[in-house]
Amino acid sequence: MGKVEGKTSALEAVPLGGTAVRASRRPLLDRESFLGPIMILPAVLYVLALVGVPFVLSLYLAVSDAKIASTGLGRFIGLANFTSVLQSPTFLRSLVNTFVFTVVSQALVLVLAKILATCLTKQFYGKSIVRFLILLPWVAPISLGTIGWKWMLDSLYSPVNWVLQALHVIPQSSWPMWFGVRELAMASVIGVHVWRLLPFATVIILAGLTSIPREVEEASAVDGAGFWSREFYIVLPLLRPILTVAGLFGIIFAFTDMTVIYVLTRGGPADGTQVLSSLAFFTGILGGDLAGGAAISLFLFPMLLLVAVVMLRIARRAEVS
Amino acid sequence: MRRRSVRYLAGRVGLYLTVSAFSALLAFPFYWMFLATFKTDRDLYDLKNNPLVFNDHLTLANLKLLFERTLYTTWLWNTFVVGATVVAITLLLALPAGYALARLAGRWGEPLGIGIFLTYLVPSTLLFIPLSRIVALLGLQDSLWSLVVVYPSFTIPFCVWLLMGFFKSIPKEIEEAAMVDGCSRARAIVQIIMPISLAGILSAVIFAFTLTIQEFVYALTFITSSGAQTVSVGVPTNLVRGDVFFWGSLMAGCLITSIPVAILYNLFLDRFIAGFTVGAIK
Repeated sequence: MGKVEGKTSALEAVPLGGTAVRASRRPLLDRESFLGPIMILPAVLYVLALVGVPFVLSLYLAVSDAKIASTGLGRFIGLANFTSVLQSPTFLRSLVNTFVFTVVSQALVLVLAKILATCLTKQFYGKSIVRFLILLPWVAPISLGTIGWKWMLDSLYSPVNWVLQALHVIPQSSWPMWFGVRELAMASVIGVHVWRLLPFATVIILAGLTSIPREVEEASAVDGAGFWSREFYIVLPLLRPILTVAGLFGIIFAFTDMTVIYVLTRGGPADGTQVLSSLAFFTGILGGDLAGGAAISLFLFPMLLLVAVVMLRIARRAEVS
Repeated sequence: MRRRSVRYLAGRVGLYLTVSAFSALLAFPFYWMFLATFKTDRDLYDLKNNPLVFNDHLTLANLKLLFERTLYTTWLWNTFVVGATVVAITLLLALPAGYALARLAGRWGEPLGIGIFLTYLVPSTLLFIPLSRIVALLGLQDSLWSLVVVYPSFTIPFCVWLLMGFFKSIPKEIEEAAMVDGCSRARAIVQIIMPISLAGILSAVIFAFTLTIQEFVYALTFITSSGAQTVSVGVPTNLVRGDVFFWGSLMAGCLITSIPVAILYNLFLDRFIAGFTVGAIK
């Protein structure tokens, strides 16, 4: 048995068998060239059937005249859906909103998450309770967290307004209508999104921070580098790959989300918070114009492709180094 | 020396203040749900009251309304049925795939695994329109089965990736020793690898289950009758009638659903993070 180690490479080439003839006589399930694909294939096929097929179907629906009410797939009508979508002011506003909403929320999330993650690298009392509390927004179902915010902002009994009034930020006579004014509604939607994605970005950045060897920071402190110069010249550059990963996931989650907007504002007031995904839902499902909705949601795709390409490059670089 | 200790103290105070402020802001909605669950209507709807504390005796009336006069228990049951079935399908397909990608696929394992994980990132808002047509063609609209069929399309990619990482962390020598002793690969997997992988399998179960509880877009799109809804759609859409919000019960429904999910999630968080850092950390 002592020689087993030396034999491993031979064992891998022809599993357990002495010669190729013997291998072919073995039951099919013992042959790795057969066993591997047979184990992977069902999962791949399932995902292809429910991600690949619908995606191709959405390409077709977008150039058809399919309606919810009619059955089947509709007639081919060329690019008419896209031209009418691109001329619609609602669509253009949604496109702008989607970018504003994604960029602002993710910038805030990254800055705040970096601050919070830096705090969490330190030791302090009650750390495990703090960890549980700050993770709540991410792990609780988002539609339920959002309905909580809906009451806290948009009601006669809004505790947010009560607190702001108690702090003398707003007067008692004119409590703001959070979802009645475009800017406030957008700020609310962005705020809820920051609230929900902050825990996720924090734990990812925290994982990155703890992977930086302590000696690096200690050495620079000994060399006389202050807190800010250490942050900007040492920590942040080392953290760049993980910040990119956190940012990319955040961009996908924010860019394609419709739950927060659907529950909070329904895209209102007057499409002030309408984004691509919610507009696709209102057009395609509630409005019954399946083809139009498919065309709108396809505008999400270029961004996804971009993120996927960047992600693959990071993964490859991690593999090489 | 004194200047240093003053500075240290200031740092500690700053740390505690920052951490408390973040915790308070992030957890506040759940504190609010807790208050609203046990507050009397008289307490809730009085503008003179401080909304952040109890001003009246506590009550179970909101919970009673939630459990006895709404479909909440039906939604819980629906969610559980969908979750359990989706977990079963996911394990059946993701366990073999995760193992094979880690051990049998050779140099193709890693890129294929990343490819599968990327499909997890394809959002429901890109696919819900074509899927609604597919669901209609299959005759599954307004049925829980539509969710059972569609949800594995995101739980499988996620769990394959998770399990692949887990199986890679188990030393190869364990199966090899068994196989040298004359055991077949298939038998080594079932009798040796699976029992020592229970922790990894359990984390896959928890994540697949919580992902289905959290899902909103597909459930909203495919299911219209309130009796067939899941918790994440039923609570926010059905406990609101026009402008009348059953706030106390609504918040109770949110709280009771969120807390168990949060506790489960916390137990397995480290594995979840390892999955998401995509090799950017060594």
